[in-house]
Amino acid sequence: MKYLSALVATVFALALWQGIVWITGLPKFILPGPVLVAETWWQNRWLIAEHTWITAVEVVIGLACGTVLGVITAMQLANSRAARVLVQPMLVFTQALPVFALAPLLTLWLGYGLWSKVAMAVLIIYFPITSSFFDGLMRTPPGYLDLARTMQANRHAVLWRIRIPAALPSLASGMRLAAVYAPIGAVIGEWVGSSQGLGYLMLLANGRAKTDLMFAAMLTLGVFSILLHLIVRRATARMAGEAR
Amino acid sequence: MTPAPDLTISGRANIGETPLFAQLTLALRAGQWTCLLGGSGVGKTTVLRLIAGLGAGAEFTGNITASDGQPVPDRVAYMAQNDLLLPWATVAQNVSLGARLRGQKPDLNRRDRLIDRMRLTDHMTKKPAELSGGQRQRVALARTLMEDRPIVLLDEPFSALDARTRADMQDLAAEALQGRTVLLVTHDPGEAARLGQSIVVMTQQGLTPCEPPQAPAPRHVDDLETLEAQGALLRLLREEAA
Repeated sequence: MKYLSALVATVFALALWQGIVWITGLPKFILPGPVLVAETWWQNRWLIAEHTWITAVEVVIGLACGTVLGVITAMQLANSRAARVLVQPMLVFTQALPVFALAPLLTLWLGYGLWSKVAMAVLIIYFPITSSFFDGLMRTPPGYLDLARTMQANRHAVLWRIRIPAALPSLASGMRLAAVYAPIGAVIGEWVGSSQGLGYLMLLANGRAKTDLMFAAMLTLGVFSILLHLIVRRATARMAGEAR
Repeated sequence: MTPAPDLTISGRANIGETPLFAQLTLALRAGQWTCLLGGSGVGKTTVLRLIAGLGAGAEFTGNITASDGQPVPDRVAYMAQNDLLLPWATVAQNVSLGARLRGQKPDLNRRDRLIDRMRLTDHMTKKPAELSGGQRQRVALARTLMEDRPIVLLDEPFSALDARTRADMQDLAAEALQGRTVLLVTHDPGEAARLGQSIVVMTQQGLTPCEPPQAPAPRHVDDLETLEAQGALLRLLREEAA
């Protein structure tokens, strides 16, 4: 049923798209139809695969680094009032900055290669991971903490045996969000300066008025993001406390 | 475990400027069940939390002393209305939680004996979500017993259970906690009448000690004197509230 409704929605979207192309009669370099995009995608499948691989590597490394950094930060914040006073405002402030504006700077610092894109992905997902896990760590059900107190628990054990396990569902929702954001970060990084990756391919195709190729690359990125989200969702199901 | 001491709590509590309860003195007799009966908001849970050394959200002026002169909070075990079982841990892990939180090695034989005593052996490796309300409260009782403390503080632990399960749990707890100094905070006159070896009614006006029924606790649910005592306690609660 779930798959059927997804299929119906996809078919509907494609029909709508094709319908707009027919009705408006726009030239293909303005708005290519789905059939043309599919053809272009098939003709360029190896090219697209190559660039997808590059972007995927950036995203996966970014996701891993961002998660590790976010988890460490959240634990430090939860553990120390000084860290909260010093670091938390800074963390919120960095969120208020347009991260996109930092992309050229990252390219300047880290070069045109892989790492400036990884850094961009990390920057984008660091905050959702940190803040969701931190919130989870600070919202341990008070009854558990009371119980631990009457048991003369030590702080370390309370953190590892109660606060962290109780915060895992929050971390899981942060990671699911991050899986959607990380590809955006990597692609922004590629736009600003690169010679490979889906972002680069989209920019290149756009510049040459190959709008069909640009759509093919963009849709590939979309499908990749959804797949990544599903994988992360599956991987974090136990963390989130969903029934096995 | 040190022998169960007498406990005395004497003082008053404020929330900001507003008094929560005026000067009162509550004495808990060593090795006996004291039931503190009262409606919502009179501060009976605060009394219990103060004895447990937990933040009570109120400013307490007074003192809490044990007859043997030793500190109180590190000799209490605590059981709340919510069973406070960790949902990600198995029954066995929940029962031995205290030792693991202190960084000690739990006494596994003792744990297994307690689980057996609470008739939970078939459920050792299950998670709390797979258990019924009564089973979960039995796990919580096993966890409380595992702590082996001379003072046991019960904050309405049976109030969320259905009538039959509640009566079963009352019997089980009365038997299992024998010889300890127990404070049971409850809003249920029937529970106080069944279990209290001493019964104190708490209202806005203060504490009123009541005569418990003659029969040894836990009393039968259909014991006439117990039912009368239940009625008398309820009448007292209603009069004081009026």
